[in-house]
Amino acid sequence: MEDKILAVLLEHGRLPVPADSLGEGDDLYAAGMTSHASISVMLGLEDAFDVEFPDRMLTREVFSSIASIRAALDELATAA
Amino acid sequence: MAASARDVPQATGEQGAFRDKLVAEGLLVPSRVPGVTGQGPVFVDLRQRLDARISKLVADEGAIAMEFPPVEPRHDMESVDYLSSFPQLAGSVFAFLGDEAEALELGEQAHAHQDWSGHLQSAGLVMVPAACHPVYPALARQPVPADGITIDTGAAWVFRHEPSDDPCRLVAFHMRELVRAGSPESVGAWRDTWRDRALAFLQSLGLPAAFDEANDPFFGRTGKVLARSQRAQKLKFEVLVPVGGDNPTAVASFNAHSDHFASVFGLVSEAGPVHTACLGFGIERCVLALLFTHGTDVGGWPSDVLAELSL
Repeated sequence: MEDKILAVLLEHGRLPVPADSLGEGDDLYAAGMTSHASISVMLGLEDAFDVEFPDRMLTREVFSSIASIRAALDELATAA
Repeated sequence: MAASARDVPQATGEQGAFRDKLVAEGLLVPSRVPGVTGQGPVFVDLRQRLDARISKLVADEGAIAMEFPPVEPRHDMESVDYLSSFPQLAGSVFAFLGDEAEALELGEQAHAHQDWSGHLQSAGLVMVPAACHPVYPALARQPVPADGITIDTGAAWVFRHEPSDDPCRLVAFHMRELVRAGSPESVGAWRDTWRDRALAFLQSLGLPAAFDEANDPFFGRTGKVLARSQRAQKLKFEVLVPVGGDNPTAVASFNAHSDHFASVFGLVSEAGPVHTACLGFGIERCVLALLFTHGTDVGGWPSDVLAELSL
């Protein structure tokens, strides 16, 4: 799962640093991801994992780190 | 359900009746299209007096006057991701670039009120959606002074495509903005100071005004992330006044942009990082709030309100 998340961040995150240089818990916004890039990441994750984030997950926090993205995807996988 | 750009907020509560009264008394002049509304002499006079009163309010700010036309380069709107945030509000200018034969076809279709848009191509222009937008690329032409800078756009025409029967939701209207660029700390303090000053000013006009945290009407599911993010970071405040709807209407807003515009347009200062913020008065909405609060017989308004507006 981690590789797929990194691939989405690389393609959509418009990060000024390589996505694979970031730790699980690093704040992606602090690393330079803009709010607009975060919604590209959101749509990229939905495509890559074939999921749709429900309303309650449409928040800044869900897309704020690799760990928080993984937790949200885990939750969706468990619910499915 | 997926959002559609056709879902425009419509009149609630007494808003429809209020609009009908304003039209019947000649304050507003309707057109064939909702939200494209002319203004009669009493409304125009109030709008100009209010704008002049705002000039007095901001006089001690030492703002530099800078006015722009109601169209801007399409490239600038693209650069700030406006079309990802508010595709439903954007207006784009298309023009005829064809030859004589095509012009004949265009003319005939237009005369018959058929769809002639296929004959047009982008003119590279968009309608300005907020008075502050043309200011940021203009500020980037020289370094921002170390102690910051404030620009006053004057009451500029802006465009937002949301045709509505709510008299406060106009497709084109005047927005008066102050734009501040400077160090992150000074810009944050500036916005908070002006939020308090603007609230006190609107209350001094007898308006039951209050301020609240707010978010912009970002489009669709992705817009929810942007809206909640904006709220979580307390980037936007509005001054709200009841104007007949189920909810009070925003008549002024105070926005912190962090380094969004500064990084897109390359604003620099020898003093360090540059942030921007803006405050905007919706001039028509302020006038409508006055008319709703005090009535359409302007001569009968409270004497202190009349004095504030030099009436």
